[in-house]
Amino acid sequence: MTNASNVAKPGRAGALPYRGTVNRHDPIALLVTPALILIVALFLCPFLFGLVLSLSTHEGASFANYVKFFSTAFQRQTIWTTLWLSLPATLINVGLALPIAFVTRRHRFQRTLTTVLVVPITLGTVLIAEGLLLYLGPQGWLSRSLLWLHLSTSPVHLTHNYWGVFLSLVVSGFPFAYLLLLSYLTGIDPALPQAAATLGASPRKQFIHVYLPLLIPGLAIAFCLSFVQAFSVFPSAVLLGAPAGPTRVISIAAYQAAFEDYDYSTASAIAIIMASVQLIVVVLVLGVRGLFYRGPTGGAKG
Amino acid sequence: MERDKPSVGGQPQSFQQLRLDRVSRSFGSSIALAELELTIQAGEFIALLGPSGCGKSTALNCLAGLLPLTGGSIWLDQQRIDQLPPERRGFGMVFQNYALFPHLTVRRNVAFGLVMRGVAKKDIRARVGAALELVQLQAHADKLPGRLSGGQQQRVAIARAIVIEPPLILMDEPLSNLDAKLRLEMRAEIKRIHRDLQRTTIYVTHDQDEALSLADRIVVMNEGRTLQIDAPEELYTRPANLKVARFMGYRNLLPLDIERVKENRVFLAESGIRLEGVAQEPLATGRAIASIRPDDIQVDAPETSQGSVDVGNVLLGQVEIVEYCGRDYLVEVLTSSGLLLHVRTQKRVVAGEKLRLAIPAERVLVFPPE
Repeated sequence: MTNASNVAKPGRAGALPYRGTVNRHDPIALLVTPALILIVALFLCPFLFGLVLSLSTHEGASFANYVKFFSTAFQRQTIWTTLWLSLPATLINVGLALPIAFVTRRHRFQRTLTTVLVVPITLGTVLIAEGLLLYLGPQGWLSRSLLWLHLSTSPVHLTHNYWGVFLSLVVSGFPFAYLLLLSYLTGIDPALPQAAATLGASPRKQFIHVYLPLLIPGLAIAFCLSFVQAFSVFPSAVLLGAPAGPTRVISIAAYQAAFEDYDYSTASAIAIIMASVQLIVVVLVLGVRGLFYRGPTGGAKG
Repeated sequence: MERDKPSVGGQPQSFQQLRLDRVSRSFGSSIALAELELTIQAGEFIALLGPSGCGKSTALNCLAGLLPLTGGSIWLDQQRIDQLPPERRGFGMVFQNYALFPHLTVRRNVAFGLVMRGVAKKDIRARVGAALELVQLQAHADKLPGRLSGGQQQRVAIARAIVIEPPLILMDEPLSNLDAKLRLEMRAEIKRIHRDLQRTTIYVTHDQDEALSLADRIVVMNEGRTLQIDAPEELYTRPANLKVARFMGYRNLLPLDIERVKENRVFLAESGIRLEGVAQEPLATGRAIASIRPDDIQVDAPETSQGSVDVGNVLLGQVEIVEYCGRDYLVEVLTSSGLLLHVRTQKRVVAGEKLRLAIPAERVLVFPPE
């Protein structure tokens, strides 16, 4: 590879640089401007608007909303409630998705399984919540089956509490983590585990020494995306949980501030706090990932 | 490198003879490898040679344990090994795309097999050092494979395979991703390593030059079947059939009528051409194919006019196309009787020039038609 081939040759009208890289002095790079403006307008503006709104209180510009949130136990508590739901759910999702994706990566039923798992993603959280309400409630199939099988003596309560929300997070989050990890797994050159096998690595050691290190970036991304999705839980926390107490997640606090108290300033502050917590966790996870190898997962070259 | 280390966990360590007994592999209804019969003595260098899709890589993967057999068996002396998983066979394998672990440094790539065997840290360090020295990569020991050139990666792959001191080394087209110059260098390197370590090696390639220069014996394969197993010189001068001849560079295949047969000599004729050759199989009458290598045809100027009829193994022709190949020329000559011959000569010729071609009768191999 020579750098010379990267430089657009002057004087050759109409000749496009054929390299994938964008030259710093390349006027073609300006073509991204409209998209960039759109992104700024769609994403950055609401964020900045929310930040400004959260800081403009009745007493003028101040951190009063933030101080109020962190000094009120009832509000402060929502962070831990949400983390207590989203972190275990994310761990379970990614933790289950890894072995299942590994086992099914070359299975002939993999396509069928993938199709079945895509369904919850397309249904949306509200429909899942309604389904789970019927399935997991005290009069639902699960409870009645357990009673009928004498595995339980009283109806099982898995709705309108922590477990209802937790299970809905697993149902909606698992397929997502599975599909992500499956694509990472199938991207690993099959010659690598084969090489490990010829060098004496049992299937278990192939997993530990070859698959796992190469999957770290995929695991980190799957964890971050699943976590962000789970942390912003709202419909199932209301429909399947106990929104007044055990599952009063941070998005409910923001919703109440905005649409029950009509205090947009406080609501914005809560939203900003929510984003900050997500950002802290994502930065932590990506920081840990940075300690590991994160290059290509093919056989280097060739 | 040290030899005679203690045997590890029931793995085959050294052997006298590796025997492939009717080894077969099919995928669904298509047969990738049909009843390969081969007995290899310890220390031999065997090349599996054939065009792509001929089953040579399938054979290698079956030997490595990466592909289960659908028939036959593999024996290491008295031990049957075709049921063992690859990690329990203990063969070293060099993959076509090298398959280096991208997340491990060169040193840890080479050490991988030793770590898997639970070799002591001190010994690992010493043996990895020795292996890296053998392939002249000490300076790159702490780099990741992605930072190395193709030839260096290839050497790491070889070091990784030989450091475990396997009884058998399997190489799957190890040079096919390298440029021409590097390929020659690495070929010499592989030859040198084999000479120094005397490890039994099975080498898969589609390049007959590679096979001829490296191997003690060559297995020529096509469409899953073994065509011939022989030493390089034998194979080159005496191909068993037309398919092998074609693959070994016999570019002139002339279908002619048999005029008469005298012992193993055959006299072929057709409109104005007569050719004497050696019958490779019993022939009587009808058609036969004369096969001649371009470099077995001698080129002279037409000093004595023989008229318009070619007599014996002397043909007259006119140069059609000249390809310059550095050391010599590859020339297409149209004979006066209308045959197109490929000729290799060191004599400088130009298109349109008239030539007299002489072909020694013992270098004209005559096969029955396919």
